[in-house]
Amino acid sequence: MCGARMNDQEQQPRREARVEPVSTARGLGQGRDHHWGEFLVENAIRVLGFSAIGFVVLIFLFLLQEGLPTFFRVELPILFGQRWYPTFDLYGTMPLILGSVLVTIVAIAIALPLGVATAVFVREVAPNWAREILKPMIETLAGIPSVVLGFFGMTIVAPLVRDVLGAPTGLTAFTGALLLAYMSLPTIISVAEDALDAVPKSYRDAGLAMGATRWQTIWRVVVPAARSGIITAIMLGMGRAIGETMAVMMVTGNAARMPVTADSLFRPVRTMTATIAAEMGEVARGSTHYHVLFGVGIILFVLTFMINLAAASVIFQKRRRGGLR
Amino acid sequence: MRQRIMQRVGFALLALTSLIVVVPILLVVGIIVARGLNAVSWEFLTAMPREGMRAGGILPAIVGTILLTLGTALAAIPVGVAGAIYLSEYASDNIFTRSIRLAIINLAGIPSVVYGLFGLGLFVIFLRFGTSILAGSLTLAIMTLPIIVSTTEEALRSVPMEFRTVSASLGGTRWQGIWKIILPQAFPGIVTGVLLGLLRAAGETAPILFTVATFFLPRLPQSVFDQTMALPYHLFVISTQVPGMPMEIQYGTALVLLVLVLSLNLVATLLRSYFRRRRQW
Repeated sequence: MCGARMNDQEQQPRREARVEPVSTARGLGQGRDHHWGEFLVENAIRVLGFSAIGFVVLIFLFLLQEGLPTFFRVELPILFGQRWYPTFDLYGTMPLILGSVLVTIVAIAIALPLGVATAVFVREVAPNWAREILKPMIETLAGIPSVVLGFFGMTIVAPLVRDVLGAPTGLTAFTGALLLAYMSLPTIISVAEDALDAVPKSYRDAGLAMGATRWQTIWRVVVPAARSGIITAIMLGMGRAIGETMAVMMVTGNAARMPVTADSLFRPVRTMTATIAAEMGEVARGSTHYHVLFGVGIILFVLTFMINLAAASVIFQKRRRGGLR
Repeated sequence: MRQRIMQRVGFALLALTSLIVVVPILLVVGIIVARGLNAVSWEFLTAMPREGMRAGGILPAIVGTILLTLGTALAAIPVGVAGAIYLSEYASDNIFTRSIRLAIINLAGIPSVVYGLFGLGLFVIFLRFGTSILAGSLTLAIMTLPIIVSTTEEALRSVPMEFRTVSASLGGTRWQGIWKIILPQAFPGIVTGVLLGLLRAAGETAPILFTVATFFLPRLPQSVFDQTMALPYHLFVISTQVPGMPMEIQYGTALVLLVLVLSLNLVATLLRSYFRRRRQW
């Protein structure tokens, strides 16, 4: 996902050729006496290579260690209840989960058409000069810290939303979703762009040769061919949105109420991430509240893990088929 | 003919959508620069905060962010680059390699606030580092790792296969080939990737909330076991927690953070395009 930004001009296919000559290289070098130093370096690299797995496991273990006591201390009906009032020992996580889901879904609903259309424009339609302007700007967006966007959302977007809606406050789920949409756009655009890029030129030629216009070729041939990559883009964007913390905390108003009424989108809401960030600083270590916040962390971890797993499986499938990379 | 018109309209709509994406980005940067510029002065950058942060400067926050970023770099670069070397030069395509890649994709997707929880659990409590620069840097480093690994791997892979075969044919060992040929060739790409990772770390707030950041500490940190203020957290604090905060200082702080992060971004982008153009292969 992170590499996606960089590989636009580096698509030379050289994966297949790699393995054999290199192992020959090792064969050639073996048996020399200065090798134990090299042996050390190579094994250190091996160990560090595997460290990524170690970190994922470690993160999950520590979340479990601090979060599991939740399930012994709080009864399940309360834990999945509708009321989050930690001061009264009511730890209903439902409003937080639904809050996150609401904000994420609306964000993706906004970001998906914008993102795919922009990716199509940049990759298929735009003249070179426009591409040269658009791409760095989208990368800039990816670089803006979420707290800065949250600050902008608080001071500029929220008052705007309030005036347009005539609502009592501009700190609403919608404001959060709007910000999240823009924050997930760089991910969606760059992954979707890569997907479009991977569609062989022959597909486009074939479409045009059949007498279709470029417009028809794009939407009937190229985009459908890039479908799996675009789905990956959406999922990664979703993962980004559901895990986003600071901006959401600053603009959603943080009221832990069930977002089930029709106007919920335009009222304050509270997400799981914002709850952890806002409350962890003030709880006593080892208290029930402390453990519940880690429990919410477990939910978040598992959710994003599943989303990313799904995204990754699409990527791996694509690799196995071979054609698209 | 009707198809032509439809295409015209369609392309125009696509261009319009791109504008809808891009214009708000300009607005964010433009408004923060315009409103923040007044606040930024030499004193603002080099003085301690006074009067409950409502006056004076933001020096400790700037220093804190720089220290945290350096600490992140120290911890994340060796591990990340080594991991990328393993994936690109050593790993064969088997189940272990695939699980490493899966782990990296997942690390990249874990919410930043969950990293904060993890840092609190492991570094602050279990390893007894306390809320400290050490704990914060290590937390940020693990968060940055997947970015550094994937961009570095990309850079290593872009070095043509012939470089490896030639090195081997001259009797070089695999490590000699990597150290003397592949790494120098991939260096610009690696630097770009590292910068992109570090700028993420510099701008993050959630992972440092419980691991290092402090509300108000009008002195500079003395050791790695000290707490520190940091720019992103400072911006969060003054814009949400302190009543009666002058808007000017808020925008000024946002501007300093934005400039810090975007200048790193700019350097990375320029480096990349410079070396791409210069590259012979």
